[in-house]
Amino acid sequence: MTTTTTTASTRAIRDYDRPLWRRIFINREFAIIALLVLVTIVAAVSIRGFAQPITANYLLLDVAPILLIALPMTLVMITGEIDLSVGSMVGLASVVTGVLTQSGAPFEVAALAALLVGVVGGAFNGFLVTVVGLPSLAVTIGTLALFRGLAVGLLGTTAVTDFPEAWTALAKAKIAGTTIPYIVIPFLILLALFIVLLHFTPFGRGVFAIGLSKDAARFSGVNVERTKFILFVLSGVVAAFAGIFYTLRFGSARGDNATGLELQVIAAVVLGGVSVFGGRGHLHGVVAAVLLIGVLGSSLRLAGVTSDVINIITGGLLIFSVVAASVLAWVQRIRAKAGPPLRVAASSAP
Amino acid sequence: MSLITAPPDAPAFAKKPAGVGRAREFGILAALVLVVIAATVKNPNFLFSADGWRDLLLTPSILMLVAIGQAIVIITRNVDLSVGSVMGLTAYLTGRLFVDIPGIPIVVVVIAAVLLGALLGLVNGALVAFAKVPAMVITLGTLYAYRGINVLWTGSDRINASDMPKDFLGLGTQQILFIPVLSIIAVIVLAVAAWYLRNTRGGREYYAIGSDPAAAELYGLKVTRRVLSAFVLSGALAGLAGVFYAARYGSISSQAGSGWELDAVGAAVIGGIAITGGVGTVWGAAIGAMLLMTINRALPILGIPDFWQRAVVGVLIIGAIVLDRVLAVRQRRQLIEARDES
Repeated sequence: MTTTTTTASTRAIRDYDRPLWRRIFINREFAIIALLVLVTIVAAVSIRGFAQPITANYLLLDVAPILLIALPMTLVMITGEIDLSVGSMVGLASVVTGVLTQSGAPFEVAALAALLVGVVGGAFNGFLVTVVGLPSLAVTIGTLALFRGLAVGLLGTTAVTDFPEAWTALAKAKIAGTTIPYIVIPFLILLALFIVLLHFTPFGRGVFAIGLSKDAARFSGVNVERTKFILFVLSGVVAAFAGIFYTLRFGSARGDNATGLELQVIAAVVLGGVSVFGGRGHLHGVVAAVLLIGVLGSSLRLAGVTSDVINIITGGLLIFSVVAASVLAWVQRIRAKAGPPLRVAASSAP
Repeated sequence: MSLITAPPDAPAFAKKPAGVGRAREFGILAALVLVVIAATVKNPNFLFSADGWRDLLLTPSILMLVAIGQAIVIITRNVDLSVGSVMGLTAYLTGRLFVDIPGIPIVVVVIAAVLLGALLGLVNGALVAFAKVPAMVITLGTLYAYRGINVLWTGSDRINASDMPKDFLGLGTQQILFIPVLSIIAVIVLAVAAWYLRNTRGGREYYAIGSDPAAAELYGLKVTRRVLSAFVLSGALAGLAGVFYAARYGSISSQAGSGWELDAVGAAVIGGIAITGGVGTVWGAAIGAMLLMTINRALPILGIPDFWQRAVVGVLIIGAIVLDRVLAVRQRRQLIEARDES
């Protein structure tokens, strides 16, 4: 563990020693974006039907919940924590919306209540992690079961399907004149908010600082507990929002909605270059990674490949992307031993 | 740990952590007994019918095996999320071997399944130990990859009880002195694992690595090889659990064992294995697995619709880790007090 953090920090130092163009083009996020572009072009040229606008519509509708949840998850994981309960929160928010709508509340009220449940659920995670001081992996495995249990318990095996036509239509509607679904608008707003929050505010610098060293962050005045608490609440509320969208898109609230979504989100975030030890990651890499998995999935499905092969590819890509980095580091170490000294050594010499 | 390292003139230090640890497993055991008693009072068939008794012992045995492996991995400060997929693959291999090679000896099938599990675990371990990549990422990747291979291999095929020999399925129901055969095997595995972890050098090294990987490395322990072996063990045990699954349920589809990874981690956490490594016993994990599976059956009897099962499981997991934290904080305070007094 310690070895990984030291190599990470030396890499950071070396990055700033390099010319700007190398810093922009030779990094993990750029590799994922390049791969996304490559896969999209290959799919558009070689797979019949992929270049259709309707494909983009379905693709965006399919990945929207993952895209949304990946935003706060990126920040949570940069602090070195994790939130496994998001998939269950999607299910719980879906059920809360459904049950309230069914019992006669206007949809808007039901949706607000679901968002509130997201806040409370996130705050519960945050409380256990920051105040009680428990490891987030264990806490959110617990709330993963708890939220799912509440969702299934409230609704049993039945489903609520009577939502106002206007809302279900809106979830699937396209922006006039294009095939881009409306969900892209709230996503872009959230993306902008999270980019500003992470990369342009003291709060965001604190997030990175916590991931690199919790103690150092605390000594430099970052309120570690408050930051983490806020992030867990954000994670809960965005998951609840994704749950409301999920419900409307399929016009059905069920207790088992979005089971296993948490693993897909975490796979995408890790593929996007966020270190599970914290301290490293960028939102553009994560968004590219979610889209990459989405494009791969939908193009392979159009090409007649079954979902199991897509699973193998997703898993393989995830492993390859992390192993490749350490193989590169290993090669560099070998070269450093044999050849001229590393740039790090050269720059720190004077 | 402290049992070995504490100096003889400080019995207070030596005794307390062990006492807390023992209380920890005793607590879950008490909860388990309580659940069983409550369910039995409500419906005597829960314990005192042939089916009820068998189910009480047999169903947890499968999760118990997976949880033992998971516990060993977590003790080394790693995690194995791929166990559910490994289990599914070995369960299908078990059925496939019986279908494709009529008359194949059961022992050969069991060995083949355990070896496949160990091999899949070796892949996990090699990636984790040599590439120095966090186990969570690697095993999340293999969770998908192994399940994909499983679905690819199985397709929409399903192996039914009629495809497997009667002798093998008999293992799932047979009893020796009122105790199911599979449970006896599981308890033997548990006892061996517990003895190994507690009493041998190799076993203590798992704890040392989990407590402080850097210190273990400096001390000269072969961390890479140890971590690798933990994953191989976890895979092999998941492989054995796959055989159990085939014998117990008789029907194997491509989705066999999906979602078990979180149950296994949950069982270990309830059983007092610290997710940060270095703390806990396989006994605890095994009792945690029993509690998880028993609650699933007890709730409907206690008048709670089984829809609420997962919520209760969630509360249990959270309750167990909060209790752990409280005990740890209290223990640290006592140790500090003891230091200040001396």
